[in-house]
Amino acid sequence: MTTEVGSEAEVKKEAEKLEPDTAKEKPEEALESLENQKTEETEETQDSSSSPVPTSQSSPTSRKERDPSEGKGISRFLPPWLKKQKSYSLVEPKDEAKKKAEGDEHVEERECQLPEEVAELKGEAAAENHQAKTDNKEEEKHSVSSAETQPAKEDSKEIEVEKVTEEPEEKLEEETGKRETKEVQTAEIKMEKAPQKAPKKIKTVQCKVMLLDGTEYSCDLEKRAKGQVLFDRVCEHLNLLEKDYFGLLFYENSDQKNWLDSSKEIKRQIRNLPWLFTFHVKFYPPDPSQLTEDITRYFLCLQLRQDIVSGRLPCSFVTHALLGSYTLQAELGDYDPEEHNSDYISEFQFAPNQTKEMEDKVVELHKTHRGLTPAQADSQFLENAKRLSMYGVDLHHAKDSEGVDIMLGVCANGLLIYKDRLRINRFAWPKILKISYKRSNFYIKVRPAELEQFESTIGFKLPNHRAAKRLWKVCVEHHTFFRLISPEQPAKAKFLTLGSKFRYSGRTQAQTRQASNLIDRPAPYFERTSSKRISRSLDGAPVGITDQGLLRDFSATAAGDEAVVLAKLKNGESREDDGSPVKSPPLELTQDGKNNSLKVDGENIYVRHSNLMLEDLDKTQDDLLKHQASISELKRNFMESTPEPRPSEWEKRRITPLSLQTQGSLEEEITSILFSKEGFSTSMKSTFSSATIRTPEGTVVKDNVPSEMLSASPFSQLPEKVGPRAEGPCSGARDADKSSHETLSVVEEKKRAEVGIEETVVINEINGGKIQVAIDGGEPCKLEHLSKKDSSSTSSESSSSSESEDEEVGEYQPHHRVTEDVIKEEKEENEDAKEVEGCTAKVVQCVESVIEGSKEKISIEHAQVAEESLVEGNAVSGTPEEKSFIEEAKQDLREEREEEQLKINGDLSHIGIDVKPQIICCSEPPVVKTEMVTISDATQRTEISTKEVPIVQTETKTITYESPQLDGSAGGDAGVLLSAQTITSESVSTTTTTHITKTVKGGVSETRIEKRIVITGDADIDHDQALAQAIKEAKEQHPDMSVTRVVVHKETELAEEDEG
Amino acid sequence: MAGLGGGAGFGRCSHAVVRALPESLCQQALRVEKGGAVDFARAEREHQLYVGVLKHKLGLQVLELPADESLPDCVFVEDAAVVCEETALLTRPGAPSRRKETEAMKIVLESLNLNVVEMTDENATLDGGDVLFTGREFFVGLSKRTNQRGAEILADTFKDYAVSTVPVHDSLHLKSFCSMAGPNLIAIGSSEGAQKALKTMQQMSDHRYDKLTVPDDAAANCLYLNIPNKGHVLLHRAPEEYPESAKVFEKLKDHMLIPIANIELQKVDGALTCCCILINKTSEL
Repeated sequence: MTTEVGSEAEVKKEAEKLEPDTAKEKPEEALESLENQKTEETEETQDSSSSPVPTSQSSPTSRKERDPSEGKGISRFLPPWLKKQKSYSLVEPKDEAKKKAEGDEHVEERECQLPEEVAELKGEAAAENHQAKTDNKEEEKHSVSSAETQPAKEDSKEIEVEKVTEEPEEKLEEETGKRETKEVQTAEIKMEKAPQKAPKKIKTVQCKVMLLDGTEYSCDLEKRAKGQVLFDRVCEHLNLLEKDYFGLLFYENSDQKNWLDSSKEIKRQIRNLPWLFTFHVKFYPPDPSQLTEDITRYFLCLQLRQDIVSGRLPCSFVTHALLGSYTLQAELGDYDPEEHNSDYISEFQFAPNQTKEMEDKVVELHKTHRGLTPAQADSQFLENAKRLSMYGVDLHHAKDSEGVDIMLGVCANGLLIYKDRLRINRFAWPKILKISYKRSNFYIKVRPAELEQFESTIGFKLPNHRAAKRLWKVCVEHHTFFRLISPEQPAKAKFLTLGSKFRYSGRTQAQTRQASNLIDRPAPYFERTSSKRISRSLDGAPVGITDQGLLRDFSATAAGDEAVVLAKLKNGESREDDGSPVKSPPLELTQDGKNNSLKVDGENIYVRHSNLMLEDLDKTQDDLLKHQASISELKRNFMESTPEPRPSEWEKRRITPLSLQTQGSLEEEITSILFSKEGFSTSMKSTFSSATIRTPEGTVVKDNVPSEMLSASPFSQLPEKVGPRAEGPCSGARDADKSSHETLSVVEEKKRAEVGIEETVVINEINGGKIQVAIDGGEPCKLEHLSKKDSSSTSSESSSSSESEDEEVGEYQPHHRVTEDVIKEEKEENEDAKEVEGCTAKVVQCVESVIEGSKEKISIEHAQVAEESLVEGNAVSGTPEEKSFIEEAKQDLREEREEEQLKINGDLSHIGIDVKPQIICCSEPPVVKTEMVTISDATQRTEISTKEVPIVQTETKTITYESPQLDGSAGGDAGVLLSAQTITSESVSTTTTTHITKTVKGGVSETRIEKRIVITGDADIDHDQALAQAIKEAKEQHPDMSVTRVVVHKETELAEEDEG
Repeated sequence: MAGLGGGAGFGRCSHAVVRALPESLCQQALRVEKGGAVDFARAEREHQLYVGVLKHKLGLQVLELPADESLPDCVFVEDAAVVCEETALLTRPGAPSRRKETEAMKIVLESLNLNVVEMTDENATLDGGDVLFTGREFFVGLSKRTNQRGAEILADTFKDYAVSTVPVHDSLHLKSFCSMAGPNLIAIGSSEGAQKALKTMQQMSDHRYDKLTVPDDAAANCLYLNIPNKGHVLLHRAPEEYPESAKVFEKLKDHMLIPIANIELQKVDGALTCCCILINKTSEL
């Protein structure tokens, strides 16, 4: 239904818009638009930045006509602010009407009714607007989707031409003074690009972005353009430099907002959704006064006004009035009794439920602000708004373990739990060790309280898997953005930083502050929009409006095309997810809880391992407690949730070595040795040189390709077996309050992609917390992309921060991909992996040792590495960072493996194809890169720290040496896990984790042994000796194996700077 | 002007609402555990001193409600209303015998032109003694007198602020063992229950509060005011009552310390904050 209707509506719209256009375009476009978009998407133009080249098939005249109708043409030449002004003044009434109309309809019926709504809106708009053109324009603006998307949908070629032609036209239009201005802004950008571009034909897609002032920005993007391209354009359009606080949203459903990952291709993220985005504040700065530019504060104000009017940001009456008065001061200036009569204020909206009394109060307060400049008024606005308890809190619906409705709020400081309006719990970032999600469950592992020995895992049920993933991503990003810099230090001395794998690819707040300090430009002039419009547009349900717009677009795009069908399907799915999951899950959970003991799932198995871990840990912990609290924390990290019964089938022990925690005063060293043997196949290849990632903070991540393989395979397997049980186990796990979920990937049969989707973030306390994420197949690709970018950024940034970011990015992206395009992404990844794949057998030995050193040293190394990698391998695309990412990913994978392996023992056949591709991806790029990195590290180390040099270098060299072979062999993607074992032993100061994995790939079996030794001590340990000893022992124990990787991690308290 | 509280403006007040003691207090006032008999005359004297400090020493405009013999606990006006900035929430006291205490309170608060909100939900109970406003947020003790619903209504009333709930088991009220002793400074008793509650509050809060730990829970209930020309003013329990705790307060160098004896009312669970409601009317009156 929706599609058909939508198509009709689209056609109508198009017709209206296109009327001026040449006849040929009208019908065809409507039908073809979707197709075109698709095709365009598939077709890639590499130049993202370049705008479409003017290959104007359509005559300029036609273009001109369109432009006016569409409203794009006007103001391209004009600077954005000029346009905005015009658009505002002119458009406001129209918008209001539209919005009102929408407001009535919108929220409830968005999906199905969209077409209808559109039609209605059109009608209304028409009624309101005497000119058909205006109508069209309005429609486009409000329902961004239909009108705007359609043009985008139209052949990219045409679009390109249009742009060129439009510009002059736009000027004409501007004279007419219509809403076109909004669209025009986009056009301007296009024009700039157009001249630059070569005459080549680049397939482009038109993007529409709803801006904070209610206007719309549109531009043409290469289909394959990454999110960053669009975001940069928008920021350029807005003249915004401090852009790290902002992001682009796209709505998957009316209420499912997703952040566009700037590091990934747009089309992969939005899939078949219309190219409609909303510019939105992503990270609300806790102290807006620290923003450098007034223009940044202005946009933040606009966002907050939206939030307030929509009710997302609750305020008291007095606060509404106060904030409203500052808004008036900023937009109107001093109160003028003559100009500002009693009615002037009712044009504005200050609150969801605005009363005359409130308006009076606003006016009263407005009078008191005399003399405040707009910028000062904005600052005052922000100073008051930032104190609101819900400022910057991103709320997510959820249920607790008992099925009670709660809200999870992600904010700069951590995670807040609300029941109704009451805050019932709060988990500051430092308190959180790990964030993970599985299926529709979201878990946080919390550091044990002062007198408790064990960390606890707290599970929440979200409406569906996507919601869980969204929440997880938001948490990861917030943690990264705010935590890495945050000035506040956790009560426990150290910070939890996201571990080695951080997904957030952007700059952290600290970094963006640093960068913004360098901003050297005169305060840009910008026009403040009247909040009248905003309020109107936001009226009733601002969110709903945007959503509707999106939906409309969606339907419009869908109509007439195959894409449409897909879109519908997806929508339907998502809807179902939203609705059904909520109801059913709780039930499942309860059942699970009861059945937990009886039913053992993969997860449970995981738990068991953890139990084992715990036991060992417990002993150690006691000692540690006696000696040092910090040490205990480290161990705790290793420890998993409380033990649960597992099936006899899975009896292998699994240890999550990933999370290493170091406390401030104590230096913790981690040494891990990984050995891999090829049992069956003669050909032994070292898959990866282990990339030693040294985070300033001190987390070392090692990943071997094989490990990835293993981990990946388990996932694939899991889905089949686990799938049926998956729900139950998961819930059970929660009930038990166990953290194991992450590892256990429970995948529904339907969705293997989901398996990959599960992501675990481990936050290590050590120097900087590290977030470890189990990456599914999708990760590798993402990692690579991220790593490249990251590396560049890293070089500029401090090593520590850069590393963390890199890590985050790598892991993070994978998640995004997985989430967004679970199936598609996996396929892609698989393909990549296949390409890369060459070798089956891989022997990887990794020795990780934590080298004592000052953080400074480490950081230096990182920096150097990064630079080297950049120089050497930009082309390669493998930067040290990437390596690190990979390693981290690998580690995660390992963890997963362990878990998986446990599961796998019974289910060899299960090892999935999915796994293979994932593995491949990781292995290939990483291998080369890794080698590079390793080398650099070695050199650096030698240079930097004398102590470490000898041993480390040797190891490093070895790695390098072997790595080339590995590269060649990297091919064996799909391996079947034969067995996996993890053995952990601990002493007071040393924790040794041995992980043995046997994998069969295409007839070649490989055994990988991974040893990780964590040495915790105040400093007196001879790390070099320890490392040498570890390597020696490893060689002795496994004479037939080679050491593939040696990673030395040194963590010191000093590293915690980031954590702040 | 208005502006959200917290920080510098915390503790500012211009008015105080108090209520005289009814004689019925001696016999009928609710009490957690039986103790000695209340010496009414002495209780009245203590209360008059208390009011005198507010009125004369600190210069507040004190609105004194007459006693109501049918409401033996009416002197504890704190439980009847929660006032924050321009908004007053009339509570629904957890003890049924105290419900009518809000009637007189409503009149006086409305006379101050406050935005008065009434708690009409019959499932809700809230004693003002369970409400700790730190200037940045509210903590609401969930006690025998206050329930979740009451806290929700408080949260709905003061939307600007986070409202966190704190389980209170061993004491009558949340503020039976804690109070604000200054901006960002929480006075807390040393008992296990008090320390546990403090930890809960610390965990729930985005802010980091300084804490002032005193040996005696009862002494942790002190009354902080920020008086122009006087700065930080703290009414605390007299050294005669709690010498060790008084020593702790005396370390507050920036505060103007005013020891207050509260021996008699404490017998019926009265604390320093219980006997007044502080209101800051800036301009309008």
